[in-house]
Amino acid sequence: MAVESIGSQQHPKIAPWNDPVIRGWVFQVVVVGLVGLLAWYLVSNTVENLARQKIASGYAYLSHEAGFEIGDSMISYSPADTYARAILVGMLNTLKVAVLGIILSTILGTLIGIGRLSPNWLLAKICESYVEAFRNVPLLLWLFLFYKIISEAFPGPRQAISFLGSIFLSNRGLYFPVPAANPVHAWMGLGLLVAIAAAFAVHRWGRKRQEATGEPFPSIWTGAGLIVGVPLLIWLAGGAPHQMSWPALRGFNFVGGTVIQPEFTALLLGLVVYTSAFIAEIVRSGILALNKGQSEAAAALGLSRAQAMRLVLLPQALRLIVPPMTSQYLNITKNSSLAIAIGYPDLVASVNVTINQTGQAIENIVIIMVAYLSVSLSISAFMNWYNKRIALRER
Amino acid sequence: MHKASLAAAFGLAAVFASGNAWAGKDLDAIKARGNLICGVPTGIAGFASADSQGKWTGLDVDVCRAVSASLFGDSEKVKYVPLTSQQRFTALQSGEVDMLSNNTTATLTRDTALGLDFTAITYYDGQGFMVPKKLGVKSAKELNGATVCVAPGTTTELNLADYFRANKMSFKPVVIEKVEEIRAAFFSGRCDVYTTDSSGLYATRAANVPAPLKPDDFVVLPEIISKEPLAPAVRHGDQQFADIVRWTQYAMLEAEEYGISSKTVDEMLKSENPTIKRILGVTPGMGKALGVDEKWVYNIVKQVGNYGESFERNVGSGSILKIDRGLNRLWTKGGLQYAEPIR
Repeated sequence: MAVESIGSQQHPKIAPWNDPVIRGWVFQVVVVGLVGLLAWYLVSNTVENLARQKIASGYAYLSHEAGFEIGDSMISYSPADTYARAILVGMLNTLKVAVLGIILSTILGTLIGIGRLSPNWLLAKICESYVEAFRNVPLLLWLFLFYKIISEAFPGPRQAISFLGSIFLSNRGLYFPVPAANPVHAWMGLGLLVAIAAAFAVHRWGRKRQEATGEPFPSIWTGAGLIVGVPLLIWLAGGAPHQMSWPALRGFNFVGGTVIQPEFTALLLGLVVYTSAFIAEIVRSGILALNKGQSEAAAALGLSRAQAMRLVLLPQALRLIVPPMTSQYLNITKNSSLAIAIGYPDLVASVNVTINQTGQAIENIVIIMVAYLSVSLSISAFMNWYNKRIALRER
Repeated sequence: MHKASLAAAFGLAAVFASGNAWAGKDLDAIKARGNLICGVPTGIAGFASADSQGKWTGLDVDVCRAVSASLFGDSEKVKYVPLTSQQRFTALQSGEVDMLSNNTTATLTRDTALGLDFTAITYYDGQGFMVPKKLGVKSAKELNGATVCVAPGTTTELNLADYFRANKMSFKPVVIEKVEEIRAAFFSGRCDVYTTDSSGLYATRAANVPAPLKPDDFVVLPEIISKEPLAPAVRHGDQQFADIVRWTQYAMLEAEEYGISSKTVDEMLKSENPTIKRILGVTPGMGKALGVDEKWVYNIVKQVGNYGESFERNVGSGSILKIDRGLNRLWTKGGLQYAEPIR
């Protein structure tokens, strides 16, 4: 700044309309002003038109009774609950399928991507066909196909395929027994969270010690032991409640146990196979971008192929993989709104019904936009943080 | 530069502000355009369906054709926009269509908070249930625990929840927006029950059962759980257009009541009955009062037919649906169809 002002003092005085600094400011003010005017025009025009047509506005409806039923809910819900709760149920359903979709498609995509680089010709070709088949057909068609397969190919509940007399597969979904509700479960969940945190801490400590002394610590096995052991101990301490809820055919459907519904299965399956094809290519390109010397050096050190992949190649490839991976994670989240085509009750479905019952399209569309925006921005923020953490640190 | 830009900005704003999006009179817009844009269902046999040549037929479609005949003297000046139950209100509110003839139930919320006006009732319907015969269900009261296929965003969805709540029963909904998909889910056995207005159930059973299943494999349960008066809808704000849509329906009913049909209408022009003379515009005045041609009823009946003809042709004995007139008989024959008089 100081350099610039000295520089401009040395120039002969110029008219303000020829001064690039002033010009720059003027143009920016004008552009901001125009955008503001346009927004003001659109908003005021809309408000005026809504008022003129006597269409209700505002968010008061959120506390009114929703009146419609939702087929799949993670929290208790009935038609007597409010619109706000109905929308929350949809939001949780969206998050459920998005989180599971991200985890599963990352695992599957990484395996396929590595498989495509395998020296085994058959494995490489199978992985290649997988990628080409799944990424070149629109996701919507995959969803329809999976949904049709599930609802047409599986028998009705009265002819359900049964495993061991307690797991039932039919076109109503997969019913299986779960432990009957017990307060101990909440404590087990809490214990699990603590154990996961502890496992991370142990892993960090182990790595520090290895860097300092060269002595490896079996932190993976310790962590696994913690994660399994702590909830198990709490369960034993809580009197080992082993009451189960068994599914049984009563009237039209199975009662008891829990169910994975066909709509959810079809959506998750579609999202995972479609996105994992893209992730496989990202992983493959990340590994191929590494210098060939890396794998040769790893081999020269006597590392096996698996060790070389895990300890040398993947950590370096990760730096190239993470940024495009963020886009895929965002795609999964947003593509989950295709749920509406096969009847999975996600956020869009809940809000669409709400729009129709209340007629307040604008308010509800704002809710959808804010919801997807906050989920997407959270994913971006997390991935950016992770990207920064694993970035090459030059010393 | 600075001043000029600002002036330009305000000038632009002024242009935007004067070009207000609200058109004022829908009727003027329709007349200037030269055709009527009518929102119809995406495909319900007997009510609105397009054949292989893209020609629309059905009871709902006849309403659009009759309004077009009133406005233009030609029943074919209609552009049909198929709308799902979720799209239809937004499409009407935003001006994408001029009117809905979309198997839409008239309710208080829709009449007020949605900014719509319902005109005359074209079909008295009620919500029912259809189940596969092999389930052996005889009454809707036996449906506790059933999985129910239902289209979203309709009064159907709310009636369903209300009915099960009132009878202390539970159910699991499967909710898919496209009517073709929801039917496919029902016929594949994903649901035990399909629920919609009973007219829609009969239409589905008559026309949409996929082979090798037969229409006889399905039964419509006797319970009717709601009142569903189906009526065309227009936007708030243009009473004259709403009047024309309403009186077009009344004209079709009046024509039936006085024995005027597409076959007899030319003869009836010579009738000495003062009511018929008034209806057909032989004695002028009615058309002028409504703001359409004096021969408006003649055009409707000649090109579309009276209400009874339209009913029998589309959903009654002349169709595959074979729905009984029931509540839709004229008031003179024990039904509810009672038109305000044209005088």
